[in-house]
Amino acid sequence: MTELIAAFAGLGEKLAAHVLLSAAALLCGIALALPLAFWSNRSPRAAAIALGMASLVQTIPTLALLALFYPVLLNLGSISGLAIPALGFLPALLALTLYALLPILRNAVTARLQMDPEVLEAADALGMTAWQKLRLVEAPLAMPFIVAGIRTAAVWTVGGATLATMVGQPSLGDPIFAGLQIQNWSLVLAGCSLAAGLALTVDFLIGRVESGLLKRRRWQSGLAGVTILAGLVLCGLALFSPASPQHPRAIIGAKNFSEQFILARLIGQRLEAEGYIVEYREGLGSSVAYKALATGEIDAYVEYTGTLWASEMKRTDHAPRAETLEAIRGWASANGGVVLLGPLGFENAYAFAMPAEKAQRLGVATLEDLARQSAQLVLGADLEFLSRPEWQAVNEAYGFDFAEMRRFAPSLMYNALASADADVISAFSSDGRIVADNLVVLSDPRRALPGYDAVLLVSRRASGDRRFVSALRPMVNRIDVRQMRTANYAVDRVTGKQSPAQAARALGCASKLGRCHN
Amino acid sequence: MKEQAGTAGTGSGEPRAVETDRTSPSILDFRDVMKAYDGKPVLGPLSLKIGRGSLTAIVGTSGAGKSTLLRLANGLIEPDGGDVSFRFADSATPPGFRERRQIGFVFQSVALFPHLSVAQNIEIGIKIKGGQPDEGLIARMLELVGLPIAFASRMPTELSGGQQQRVGLARALAPAPSLLLLDEPFAALDPVTRANLAGRVRALHEDLGLTSLIVTHDMAEALLIADRVLVMERGLIVADEAPRALMRGGGGDQAQALIAVQRDSARKLIELQQ
Repeated sequence: MTELIAAFAGLGEKLAAHVLLSAAALLCGIALALPLAFWSNRSPRAAAIALGMASLVQTIPTLALLALFYPVLLNLGSISGLAIPALGFLPALLALTLYALLPILRNAVTARLQMDPEVLEAADALGMTAWQKLRLVEAPLAMPFIVAGIRTAAVWTVGGATLATMVGQPSLGDPIFAGLQIQNWSLVLAGCSLAAGLALTVDFLIGRVESGLLKRRRWQSGLAGVTILAGLVLCGLALFSPASPQHPRAIIGAKNFSEQFILARLIGQRLEAEGYIVEYREGLGSSVAYKALATGEIDAYVEYTGTLWASEMKRTDHAPRAETLEAIRGWASANGGVVLLGPLGFENAYAFAMPAEKAQRLGVATLEDLARQSAQLVLGADLEFLSRPEWQAVNEAYGFDFAEMRRFAPSLMYNALASADADVISAFSSDGRIVADNLVVLSDPRRALPGYDAVLLVSRRASGDRRFVSALRPMVNRIDVRQMRTANYAVDRVTGKQSPAQAARALGCASKLGRCHN
Repeated sequence: MKEQAGTAGTGSGEPRAVETDRTSPSILDFRDVMKAYDGKPVLGPLSLKIGRGSLTAIVGTSGAGKSTLLRLANGLIEPDGGDVSFRFADSATPPGFRERRQIGFVFQSVALFPHLSVAQNIEIGIKIKGGQPDEGLIARMLELVGLPIAFASRMPTELSGGQQQRVGLARALAPAPSLLLLDEPFAALDPVTRANLAGRVRALHEDLGLTSLIVTHDMAEALLIADRVLVMERGLIVADEAPRALMRGGGGDQAQALIAVQRDSARKLIELQQ
């Protein structure tokens, strides 16, 4: 119960950002739909085109629509040479605007079709100009339909805005997706219930406007309208705490798993101690995070050398650790002026893990030992490992011949070890369950698995800020893999879960990067 | 009236147009007007003058082109050939929105603005001209069409069909039009309300010194209130007579056929009575 209350407590700003994003998208949707409806009402062909396009947009899942705007804006930016942000508010706004378009447009067009043609003829017969007819007859008659369309669009938009998290725009999706990743159901519940409550409130308020219009109760529509406006102003005030020279703003990114959430909070806590106002962009897609840093939409995040090497630099060869770091440092500096501050001191690499007791009994300590015994062992892998180049490399190097290879969802892999459905699994070296389940990570004497050193990356802008850099530099080489595993486990475990912020504080204490509270 | 009209339209099928009066001072002038929908001719070629101060009824069966003629008169539809001119303040022009502000129009379906009250419906014709309705307007108009003043604040949906049509009439009359067009204004009403309203229209026509053009499919109604009756068939005017001349057997077959229907019912009613 206290966990749930704590989960709600941190969501004020997410709620405000969610409301403002939805409202902005809805307003843009209205601004786009009404002229289109006007145009549609003057030509049936225009109506067919406009409604067809809007329906087509609707068939694209919201998530895909959001994802679609990322490359579009990225290309627009590079073609036009303008600094168009491809992440955050803009793509979320554009996708949700298109999504809000259809119900408003459809209702506006339907409203015109349902008007009594003789009533419209009466307007002409009285000698109204086209503008008078629109203002005095068509608009008032269409208004209840249009408001009903806006109401539908508003509910959709509030729901769809939860997905804005995926492109780095804060929303109520942040706690939902973070909670899903780290299996923190209090966070999920808090996010979902706030989003649902918001949708219901919006539906109710716009419903009051609508029924006020239908029953010609101006005070009712007015009251509901004023309530909506007041809510928007409140959200605006809640969100815009002005930055100052003493309290500059910093935005920390995180990809979508526990370790990233914890490290982002640890970075944030150190910056807050220096007086920064810190915002988090959590749940960024892997390829999105680096670009967000390169374009300055986030100021810092933690990346892994292997990921940069393979996914961003498109390298397939292997290099010694120090060389790899230098190559990445040079590449990052040339790609968006990103500064590699240094490695944090641990790896989150693909690794093979076995229960310590079984490893000892079979005499397995290295991958060479494992290969010798592999014919009588079952390998458990996550869903993608067996199709990744890392598996091909390690398999070529050691020549495994497992009795069976089975795929599991990542969280179930460890259960498979416990129930002996697998003897050895493909794990990540900093997984919290390695400590918790008393597993050993087998060493890789032939260096077949690429290194995945966690490194701290800082944007061009932030790297010029001495206070910012000096707050983060002490983190270099200070976190060892045991400390990271402990922190990850504190967030991942089923009972007695810690929030990423709590785990970050404990990690800060253990690594002497933060103060210890007791 | 034209004597050849009596011999026109001999039942051979093809209607033949009669010469209509082109000489007296007119407010509305149709010259060789033609109208087709999707290539199918529905009206004309047709020439017609409507004299100032007249109450002209246009009678004919469904699809004869009566409503098309009325909508050509105020420019709601434009002719495909020929021209229509409306004479107002020393100029004669094809009717556009400015001319329509001088022409009242009463619809068969009434077509009140459903989102406006009775009073707002009545005022709107004055307001769109940029005018300010005087204080007594609503009371005067409601009295003119025989409705209590308490109706001013009601919404159209709260009224019966006959009451709505009275408001429709008031809406058309409020801007003090110089021409009043009525398109089957009583067709949807019960016979009692209908007779009552028809009488009211005739009285208003005289009291307000209007020029009126009323479309109806009811020959008896036309004969009772109009001082000129035009009979239409397949887009042409096949008879143009005074009611009295029609009653004496003038106007040709189509006109007499329309009268015969009414005579028959009247005769049957009398037989029933005896």
